[in-house]
Amino acid sequence: MPEWLVILLLIVAKLGLIFMVLLTLAAYLVLAERKILGRIQLRPGPNRVGPFGTMQPWADLIKLLTKEDFIPAQADRWLFMLAPGLAAVTALLTFAVVPFGPPLSLFGHQVPLVVCDLNIGVLFFLGLSSLAVYGMALGGWASNSKYSLLGAIRGLSQLISYELSMGLALVPVVMLARSFSLTDIVMAQSAVPFALVNPLAFLIFLISAVAESKRIPFDLPEAENELVGGFHTEYSGMRFGLFFVAEYLNLIILGSMLTVFFLGGWMGPFLPGVVWFSIKVLFVCFFFIWVRGTLPRLRYDQLMHFGWKILLPLSLLNVILTGAFLLWRQG
Amino acid sequence: MSIWRDIKGTIEPFWITLRNMFRPTVTIEYPEVRTQLPPRYRGRLILTRDPDGQERCVACYLCSAACPVDCISMQATEGEDGRRYAAWFRINFSRCIFCGLCTEACPTLAIQVTGDFEMANRNPLETVWEKEELLVDHCGQEPGYNFYHHAGIGVTAARGENPGEDKPVNVKDLLP
Repeated sequence: MPEWLVILLLIVAKLGLIFMVLLTLAAYLVLAERKILGRIQLRPGPNRVGPFGTMQPWADLIKLLTKEDFIPAQADRWLFMLAPGLAAVTALLTFAVVPFGPPLSLFGHQVPLVVCDLNIGVLFFLGLSSLAVYGMALGGWASNSKYSLLGAIRGLSQLISYELSMGLALVPVVMLARSFSLTDIVMAQSAVPFALVNPLAFLIFLISAVAESKRIPFDLPEAENELVGGFHTEYSGMRFGLFFVAEYLNLIILGSMLTVFFLGGWMGPFLPGVVWFSIKVLFVCFFFIWVRGTLPRLRYDQLMHFGWKILLPLSLLNVILTGAFLLWRQG
Repeated sequence: MSIWRDIKGTIEPFWITLRNMFRPTVTIEYPEVRTQLPPRYRGRLILTRDPDGQERCVACYLCSAACPVDCISMQATEGEDGRRYAAWFRINFSRCIFCGLCTEACPTLAIQVTGDFEMANRNPLETVWEKEELLVDHCGQEPGYNFYHHAGIGVTAARGENPGEDKPVNVKDLLP
């Protein structure tokens, strides 16, 4: 077999594996969320379809696929149809740079367990997470409904208030690891994860990640008791399903980003790297669900106040402090 | 300081929700588990019979008048022996609110509530119950009560045939 064919096959295999695992995981995260929220509220959650409700995602899928795909008469048709895809694709693309395990030896090849080890992985992630908001903003705008528009506007202004501190929280990580590549960042945490080295940056990134996922307590674009459904009010059927899947894909992406940047990626004793990585990602996902079951929604001005007046100065201060610390250690 | 109170107020709920995750659920998983209904539960309506096996209903229309949602309708008629009964009796259970006012209005204890509530149906027409379906062959919650024993049927012969009675008049003949 020629060299290039082996490499091509390995890339295709990795892509297929990631797609399968991500989409199945996203579907089962929905079930896990409903189960856990149920338990928090002292009810069992979905338990009718299959044993313990394990077939519930498939029942949901069938329901979404067979529903009417409704497009409002006054909507901007093409944007309306494209927006859910944009939301899901940006979420999926981010996983291209996530290293989910140490390099593997296969057929005498050194196979890195990452689709594409970009040397600017951090910027790629930040760029795609900003792009992800377009799916929501365009979808809300194209629906030509006041609730959707309000949701989209809220989403956009929420983006500019948390994304700055999210980016600034990653600067100390890059300074500590001296690289923009996610693989190098994980390698730099082989001794101590960055969450312990720089807990302030971890906290700021965690809060920004919850805001990025657009979930409670920062689910202002949806805010179902103020805006009907927010940006996806007019969506139905599988188009709504795509928004829904994108939300949970985002959850996994943010979980893996948090793992890579602060929790030491695949590093861990005894167990193989991939297992450690999945454990950490699933724990972060559980934490996000736990937050959803615990905290109430912030008011709109509270979010802006918190983002601009607390998170941003704190993250700036953190950048300066980390720089000073690094300079001092160099002597 | 208020910032410490705020931080405490943000952390504490996490402990409460975590504890809730390991507490037993309060849900009664209905088709498999059924609760004991209260003894005065108001469910589906029935038409009972007296101990002699006769219909108790005398078609007085009081239940249909008492019904706040007008779901009971009937047509009164009279037997050869002068005993009144309903020619047809119909309850629309898709309207019924199970308030039990009909049972309170009934002078003969004919219409009664039961503990049955499993009447869900895909065809709305099948939620309209006719007399044959409503009529049961027992006394319901009031065994041994017979309205005619108290009120006296008295009318073994047709109306007007008893001693001292006038023939019934045709009201339409009296019109000017």
